[in-house]
Amino acid sequence: MNKTLETRLHDSLVEIIRKTSAELPDDVFKAIEEGRQAEQAGSSAAYAMNIICDNVDIAKRKSQPLCQDTGTVLFYIHFPMKTDYEKLQKLIKKAVVTATKKGYLRQNSVDSITGKNSGNNIGPGAPVIHAEPWKKDHFEIKLMLKGGGCENVGAQYSLPDSRVGAGRDLKGVEKCILDAVQNAQGKGCGPGILGVAVGGDRGTGYSASKEQFLRKLGDRNRNPELSALEERITREANELGIGPMGFGGKTTLLATKITALNRVPASFFVSVSYMCWAFRRQGAKVSNKGEIQKWLY
Amino acid sequence: MAVLEREGGAIQLTAPFTEEKVRSLKVGDMVEITGLLLTGRDAVHKWLHDGNEPSVKEVDLKNSIIYHCGPVMMKKGKNWVATAAGPTTSIREEPYQAGIIEKFGLKAVIGKGGMGEKTREACQKFGCVYLHAVGGAAQVLAERIRAVEGVYGLETFGSPEAIWKLRVEKFPVVVTIDAHGNSLHKEVEASSSSKLGEIVGKIGK
Repeated sequence: MNKTLETRLHDSLVEIIRKTSAELPDDVFKAIEEGRQAEQAGSSAAYAMNIICDNVDIAKRKSQPLCQDTGTVLFYIHFPMKTDYEKLQKLIKKAVVTATKKGYLRQNSVDSITGKNSGNNIGPGAPVIHAEPWKKDHFEIKLMLKGGGCENVGAQYSLPDSRVGAGRDLKGVEKCILDAVQNAQGKGCGPGILGVAVGGDRGTGYSASKEQFLRKLGDRNRNPELSALEERITREANELGIGPMGFGGKTTLLATKITALNRVPASFFVSVSYMCWAFRRQGAKVSNKGEIQKWLY
Repeated sequence: MAVLEREGGAIQLTAPFTEEKVRSLKVGDMVEITGLLLTGRDAVHKWLHDGNEPSVKEVDLKNSIIYHCGPVMMKKGKNWVATAAGPTTSIREEPYQAGIIEKFGLKAVIGKGGMGEKTREACQKFGCVYLHAVGGAAQVLAERIRAVEGVYGLETFGSPEAIWKLRVEKFPVVVTIDAHGNSLHKEVEASSSSKLGEIVGKIGK
């Protein structure tokens, strides 16, 4: 990597972080707007949805974080084969430090043993970087900022689970997911979006459930059975009446996204990740010269 | 009962609150607060619970309002500016909150997601309310901060966990636990739980 490419890539990474932190993607805003219209005028639920929409406008206008919890910083990257990956990792970390100094990210990385905040969002496991080389000659850089409130309400079930009456089939899966929605109320900032992985092991299950958030909210699952389950769960969750912020109301979930991984015969995990309404994910096609060519969401 | 002043549907309250004002609030009331809020979250709650406290000269917790918030703070010249300041999840402070309400006579706790039985009982007994700010609405809420009047424990707790003194104007919240033993969280949890039972019954075995 020459100096010019390094500088451009660094600046593009900072811009991706800025946009992710300050701007809600269009597909998410559309779903929120629909949710706002569904709530009864004058209710606490409508009050919350109005504040949410105002917040989206202000954050974008001021280029400031939508939510003060700028969350876990998760990169999903594809890079051209010939890229010096070690250098790329260093650039990503440098961009995270710059974005923290500029206030796009809060000082959000704490040493779990000493309790000390690193002050720059760098430390063991931070930021999270998933990166794979590919044969194309440009970069694809996706970023998710996932707040702690919604991360804390994620749940993993090992079927059969007698607490929720869930056997090892899709009906059992459905019961686990609805249980997770019930338990998340108030804690994860609703209306929320669910990412679910059926199968895998404990690690891959949670990872795959998070990756579901890279899908656009309006897309359709290619697996017809999972597609039907996604729609049914969103509808059933909204019947629970938990509503925005748990104030009671019609919009509890904006969408559900489910994937399946193979499992070993002895295990049957259902991993549920919850994303708050402040759904910060963005992505860009970045040229091999380091310039942003296109936004992906 | 105190007479509550309203503007555009929201009750206007100026801090510090009197117990009479606090007792006149009901679950579901939309409120706008003007006055001083003190931020405090996980580290501060544990620290206070362990028997520590700041000197009154540094931070006067008596009759105050605690806001569960870890803001993004930037220094502009000599002054601090909060550039994002929404609530954090309150339930993590449940083991500590009731004792702190009692010890310092807190008049209100602001956060998100609601709190449990111990806090609900403390609100009723000591005349405090739990006020729910809209989670994630960091910009709307930061705009209502007129001045940052100081900070305590910046070195010890780190920026998100420190006690920031925030002077706010028309800070929007909803009463979800009042001083009469009512909790919106308890109500919604009960009704959604019974609805979940029905749905699970329909899914069948």
